[in-house]
Amino acid sequence: MSTLAYFPGCSLKDNAKRFEDTAFFVMEKLGTPLEELETWNCCGTVYSLADDDLMHHIASVRNFVRAEEAGSEDLVTLCAMCYNTLARVADRIHADDEERTKINAFMNEEPDYEGEIRVRHLLQVLRDTIGWDALSEAVVRPLNGLKIAAYYGCTLVRPKETGIDDMERPVVMADALEAVGAEPVAFPFAAECCGTYQVVDEPHLALEQSNRILRSAAVAGADVVVTACPLCQHNLEQALAVPVGEVAELNEIQVVYFTELLAAALGADEAQMSPIVRGILSKGVTAEGGA
Amino acid sequence: MADEKLTQIYIMGKAYDVPIGVTIMDAMEYAGYRFIRGAGCRSGFCGACGTVYRKAGEYRLEFVLACQEMVEEGMYLTQLPFTPAPRSDYVLDELDPNENVLLQHYPEIARCVSCNTCTKACPQEIEVMDYIQAALRGDVARAAELSFDCIACGLCAMRCPADIKHYHVGQMARRLHSKADLPIPEHLTARLGQLDGGTFDEQMDALAGASLDELKAKYAERVIEKAEAPEAATEEVTT
Repeated sequence: MSTLAYFPGCSLKDNAKRFEDTAFFVMEKLGTPLEELETWNCCGTVYSLADDDLMHHIASVRNFVRAEEAGSEDLVTLCAMCYNTLARVADRIHADDEERTKINAFMNEEPDYEGEIRVRHLLQVLRDTIGWDALSEAVVRPLNGLKIAAYYGCTLVRPKETGIDDMERPVVMADALEAVGAEPVAFPFAAECCGTYQVVDEPHLALEQSNRILRSAAVAGADVVVTACPLCQHNLEQALAVPVGEVAELNEIQVVYFTELLAAALGADEAQMSPIVRGILSKGVTAEGGA
Repeated sequence: MADEKLTQIYIMGKAYDVPIGVTIMDAMEYAGYRFIRGAGCRSGFCGACGTVYRKAGEYRLEFVLACQEMVEEGMYLTQLPFTPAPRSDYVLDELDPNENVLLQHYPEIARCVSCNTCTKACPQEIEVMDYIQAALRGDVARAAELSFDCIACGLCAMRCPADIKHYHVGQMARRLHSKADLPIPEHLTARLGQLDGGTFDEQMDALAGASLDELKAKYAERVIEKAEAPEAATEEVTT
């Protein structure tokens, strides 16, 4: 099977390294390894909403040129923020020949971007290309008995045009975890904001918001909240330091990237898991072959 | 043009006829400019003579070193001998290269919009934007390796719309990378040992005690680099 061109984004090389490592493991196991672009730059971080602010789309387009050079039609991301920025720029520049011409003229040191790169989040690849059945078949350590709360946040599912799932009631991440034996629990804050960059200037806002998400997941009975975004992950981890509830069991909730659990289910050995995942497996998984 | 061995360029807007086939720096001196700053090694290594020019009828600004680039007909040029770009203070031994240390010291690297203007400005043909991007994601080793040929002329920093001080970031990355990842070079250790052991003290004392005339004589006789083959007289321009 062929490889998939992969755009990491800055966080994946830094504080979200285990997100990337486990995603690589999962895709290797599924026979569709991710192949990182040889050269890439920051996605642009946020999609600029101004009508005429083409300058802030150049970062994304330059990565699309790199993907075209790599001979790929798809560009796969893990970070939800990178996905959002790249996907929105890709749609915009695909649809608008004049804007594409302008950007190509500015980037006169680069080959012209043809406008055909399709940006995909790994969850889309798992759902639409690999399929849940194939994912299930690859499981060697089913996560039976593990109750997970799939937390999507904002940027994976909004706006509707680039969202990877229903923006109000997304299921794709829960389906992925269900395919490896875990039990998703429904909770009302799955697509609420974690507080995002407020964590820099107004940390209490992000903490309150993230704490509400954790509390909601805990009340719904989740052992672990599962994320697909380094910033969501960071904010929820910060919020873990604040007691989630007065009831002791509610305070034992954990937060991990969805790929960490998929990797565990697909046979990652202990050394490839974070201590948190090892802890979750030792407590939460009741099935045969548990860690 | 009266003399076909001359060509016309514009230095700070004023037209001069200068010899064909000389560097911008030589042409400026031919035109009567005397360099007190903005000239150093005259060999493309020191980065002191950053120069911008635009040729008549062209929309692009070009970035070169005055000591390396030959004059061409219709160049409108000026020198940028100094780049106001503050350098962060740090004690290398106290830094942890595994943290976001480059971003902490140069937070403006997060303003990079990947326009690549820095790369286009670099007379050393360094992938400047790529090393800033590496720095942004904490990849100190890559930032150090990509920026290795930097001569700190500062043209990148003069052009950046995000006010990044690229060459300072690259220098810090190289220092961190050398200290954390690379072996201590044996020849350096040996030389430092010689210095500490006083091997060169006598020679240094002799030099320090020499008269001006003796120094001038030594300077005139100095051998910088042994030539591989005897060279013909360089084409120096005389007026």
